[in-house]
Amino acid sequence: MSAVMVTRKVTRKWEKLPGKNTFCCDGRVMMARQKGVFYLTLFLILGTCSLFFAFECPYLAVHLSPAIPVFAILLFLFVIAMLLRTSFSDPGVLPRALPDEATFIEMEIEAANGNVPTGQRPPPRIRNVQINGQIVKLKYCYTCKIFRPPRASHCSICDNCVDRFDHHCPWVGNCVGKRNYRYFYLFTLSLSLLTIYIFTFDIVHVVLRSVDSGFVLVCFFTLWSVVGLTGFHTYLISLNQTTNEDIKGSWSGKNRVQNPYSHRNFGKNCCEVLCGPVYPSVLNQRELLQEEAAGPAAPAAPETSAGAGGPESSTTKTTAPLIPNEHTPEDARPSIAAPPARSSSPGEEKPPAPQDPASSSSSSSPSRETDPAQAKEKTQ
Amino acid sequence: MATEFHTLQEMQHSASLATKVFIQRDYSEGTVCKFQTKFPSELDSRVERTLFEDTVKTLNNFYAEAEKIGGQSYLEGCMACATAYVIFLCMETRYEKVLKKISRYILEQNEKIYAPRGLLITDPIERGMRVIEISIFEDRSSSGSSSGSSSTSSSSGR
Repeated sequence: MSAVMVTRKVTRKWEKLPGKNTFCCDGRVMMARQKGVFYLTLFLILGTCSLFFAFECPYLAVHLSPAIPVFAILLFLFVIAMLLRTSFSDPGVLPRALPDEATFIEMEIEAANGNVPTGQRPPPRIRNVQINGQIVKLKYCYTCKIFRPPRASHCSICDNCVDRFDHHCPWVGNCVGKRNYRYFYLFTLSLSLLTIYIFTFDIVHVVLRSVDSGFVLVCFFTLWSVVGLTGFHTYLISLNQTTNEDIKGSWSGKNRVQNPYSHRNFGKNCCEVLCGPVYPSVLNQRELLQEEAAGPAAPAAPETSAGAGGPESSTTKTTAPLIPNEHTPEDARPSIAAPPARSSSPGEEKPPAPQDPASSSSSSSPSRETDPAQAKEKTQ
Repeated sequence: MATEFHTLQEMQHSASLATKVFIQRDYSEGTVCKFQTKFPSELDSRVERTLFEDTVKTLNNFYAEAEKIGGQSYLEGCMACATAYVIFLCMETRYEKVLKKISRYILEQNEKIYAPRGLLITDPIERGMRVIEISIFEDRSSSGSSSGSSSTSSSSGR
């Protein structure tokens, strides 16, 4: 044993995770970096409901029924719970490949491609798999160094691959993916119900008391956008499609391509999406990592909270093998001294910024998709 | 030429990592978690094909059980929805219960079958459910390296 004093710093895995997420409450809460619009959503919901409870409920409780504000409170609490659940949970982020896995995949790709003559662009990294009789192309993600599973997509705003990626929603401040889609849907559904409820009793209140109807107008516009969004997602669920697939037209029916994931039955599709199993997070963001701050002594042994762990230490921020990607200039490709270029281009981080439709880029940026998605979601 | 290891700890102390094999996902039935049962050539001299296939098939069965959409998952989903999913703060989901079973199974398989043959299976959950990572160890005390397992360019150390 070395005589050097070794100080151990205990960190958790979320502090070392790559990607552009922010974590709160010691890794229990995971959100996107830009949270401004999320705070606006909270403010709008809390503001509208407070006004309703303060100004209309006393009258309605006395003159109609006390059950009206009680039900409104329950519905309001459910809405907030679903919103927080959507915003704070891991959407289904796929962890990046560790160096060994990345190298293994590289070797497989090189073996499959054979010898590419110098000066020629290597073929795109695509793996074809057959799913329920349909050929589906799996694209390679240059940032995460993995072949994306079917239905996964890379979110350029959060810089993560997300499983069953639906869209990045700035209103909830997070991606919507496999793990939180049902909470997102229940949030929009319950918010629609709450808006309809408030709208109805606004009208009742206006009629009964002949007061100013300004509030009713605000509710009317909110109602249409939220109800419209709920309707859109109900349609997607019935077909077992994601927003991402819908926008890209993956299963639009041309070339006799059909959705291989659909059960062709409305009930079964709904049950799978809404009542399917609750998938656990594979990020393990609260895992304890022990690091050596100084000294050459014993190798760092991570204390894993899950079972018999592998021998890797805290190397999630890996120096991945230097692989030329689509974005490196042609003359830099053979040079392995060049650092790997990050696949996100500037401007992809701002969701409202309009973008030209990208060509077949493997790290397809959904930020261009948030614009029509935003237009579909809320037209306030 | 087979290296003998009696416990996992013994292996990790006296062996050095030669290479890793990654068993990929099988997407032929959709996005359900299922791994390919194709026997990798690197394990040819290390473990019997039937043992390996049994392990992978059992794992696939566990995952199928976890992801099964049936009466129990509906009940769990509806009950959780009725409580605004607060119940998950105190209750373990069925998937998590099966994942624990999988961890125990993998530990048992490692101790009984793979460690004595100088192999170690990593739980897929630690690799994002993407791959089953099988580490191939060589005995440090043996003079020459074993045949065929150190052909990779980067055999990273621990």
